[in-house]
Amino acid sequence: MNATRKPAARLRALYRRDRHVWRLSLMMVVWMAFMAITRFEKFYTLINVQTMFAQFPEFGLMALGIMVCMITGGIDLSVVGVANLTSILMAMMMKALATADGGLPVYAIPLSFALSMLMGAIAGVFNGALVSKIRIPPILATLGTSELFTGIAIVATNGKAVSKLPRVYATSINSKLFGLIPVQLIFFAAMALVIWYLLARTTYGAKIYMIGTSSTAARFSGIKTDLLLIKTYMLSGLCAALGGMIMLANYNSARADYGTVYTLQCVLIVVLGGVNPSGGSGRISGVVLAILLLQMLQTGINRFPEISSYYISLIWGGVLILIMVLNYFTENNIRLFGAKRRV
Amino acid sequence: MQKVIKKLSRRNEPYIFVVLLLLCVLIEIRSGQFFTPNNLVDILSAAVVPGIFAVGAFMVIVSGGIDVSFPALASLSAYATTSLLLESNYQGGIWLPILIAVGFGALLGAFNGLFIGHFGLPALIVTLGSSSVFKGFMQGTLNSRQFAVIPPGMKNFGLSPLFIATNPQSGLTARMPVSFLAFLAVLIVAYFLLQRTMFGRGIYAIGGNEVSAHRAGFSVRRTKFGMYVFVGMISSLAGLMRTCMMTQMHPTNMLGMEMNIIAGVVLGGTAITGGAGSLTGCMLGTVLIVVVENSMILLGVPTVWKSVFVGALIIVGTGVSAVQVARANRVHVSKKAALKEVRQ
Repeated sequence: MNATRKPAARLRALYRRDRHVWRLSLMMVVWMAFMAITRFEKFYTLINVQTMFAQFPEFGLMALGIMVCMITGGIDLSVVGVANLTSILMAMMMKALATADGGLPVYAIPLSFALSMLMGAIAGVFNGALVSKIRIPPILATLGTSELFTGIAIVATNGKAVSKLPRVYATSINSKLFGLIPVQLIFFAAMALVIWYLLARTTYGAKIYMIGTSSTAARFSGIKTDLLLIKTYMLSGLCAALGGMIMLANYNSARADYGTVYTLQCVLIVVLGGVNPSGGSGRISGVVLAILLLQMLQTGINRFPEISSYYISLIWGGVLILIMVLNYFTENNIRLFGAKRRV
Repeated sequence: MQKVIKKLSRRNEPYIFVVLLLLCVLIEIRSGQFFTPNNLVDILSAAVVPGIFAVGAFMVIVSGGIDVSFPALASLSAYATTSLLLESNYQGGIWLPILIAVGFGALLGAFNGLFIGHFGLPALIVTLGSSSVFKGFMQGTLNSRQFAVIPPGMKNFGLSPLFIATNPQSGLTARMPVSFLAFLAVLIVAYFLLQRTMFGRGIYAIGGNEVSAHRAGFSVRRTKFGMYVFVGMISSLAGLMRTCMMTQMHPTNMLGMEMNIIAGVVLGGTAITGGAGSLTGCMLGTVLIVVVENSMILLGVPTVWKSVFVGALIIVGTGVSAVQVARANRVHVSKKAALKEVRQ
């Protein structure tokens, strides 16, 4: 009897530890099965999969930035602003460096890349300083900086799109490694790995979880919360800058109001991925799964021409609320079916 | 007298009022056009819709939540109302549209209220989800498109002026829309609810501390539910007013307004953590944002600078009040925060 019970108990413990990841995986499997039944030959093609993996990195990177901030109990609503600002900066720099025949000197892309990352870092540090030193609530501070960064981007471009860029950049980012893996995906995977390492394997990660759980306790136990918060928002700024650079390559132009829907979408992803909005918990695996799920839903729905693509936001919001309600039931030990679980 | 000054200096409203006044005077000096009847009326009529929204956002923030769904909610119910009336070829006055829109608003507000009030889920997340649901429902299920024509009753209401202000020098005129009355009505009702009823005091109490409010006998669930229903109703009213004033239905026109409205409310001294704030401050903050957004040209600043100014205003405004709070009661705050976290 004991022998039969143990694996089940272990499974249940595993489920409880990673509830979000399991639920998201389940939803993904269901959706993949649904697509396999209804639109197999259109969904499961190499090109389609490659397109999906090339599309999500731009908002996926921004979601990663929001995730680290949310773990500290904050939020970063300025990611899209930072992304647009960096993509405009990069576009302008490349235009300035371009040679007469439309090519680029060898150093141009690395140089503008480095400067754009620097720009993202500065924007992030600014956010972090507002949150930690001046103690503005994160939601307001980043709301303000979002407006500010967008404003600077509008002023810099006069509200118009920066286009006619040298082709080299867009083609190199849009190409496939070994003819198979989209370059955008590599950027995303690299950043996700870095963040996973930081969160799971370094004291920095442990400390930001502590700040999110209780910032007072963290401060009293000798953690330099201000510096850590600044670092966290800087990390978010870096993610956003990278997202902006990919956005620049995907559209082959830059404009101050690209991707404005991404802000709320990214917050949605992060919460759906199991990050507690009041801080202290959340894993990168859940967030990555949520990003993949969103992309699959979006691409999948596009395969049904008779269904308006606007339904995606209906489904998305519904899924978010459903997950929250499910959490409510499990956390309060309410069972809709069967007897009440003993506490 | 000293007591009064001391008391006033602790509050946020006088500062924001002084800033607003300084800005107005600055614009007047630069352009000589600010304190003209037509410009003032223009600004007031531009403040109708943000003002009604701000009242709703204010109530939610005071209760300790935050609502980002009101533009989607207002768009959905205004769109549903307009298309319903157009289909039935409605020729009557404004009262039926208002009634229908407010009814839809109550229903959609109840949707928010159910999840936030009954299940106790975090307001930011629920309203994020519901704004996405409302938008999807409007654009997907209702297959929304732009209507160049709206029912005649609504059009007349939107076009008929309360009075017309004329600039004696330039001869420019500005209409004060009748919808300004709706704005005033919402303000009065909200003031009465918040200051004179148990329900309103309950909103403040819940925002201050939910557990204490519950112990003191407030029904947290019912108060929150009722509040979201009310916020849904007034947001829908604002959506309908906007449609009437534009004399056409533009389904996605209001989306994205939420952040600036929330910024205005918080600029007016409403604590983002809930429990504190006044309608006066909320209105001053909203008017400040409206003035900045509408008076760039008068200041001689190109309109592309608008976002920079609004962003800087939000950062400086919230920064000043954050520093103020931290300095005024540093000991008090850290004690309270420690207690709060021990409890959690």
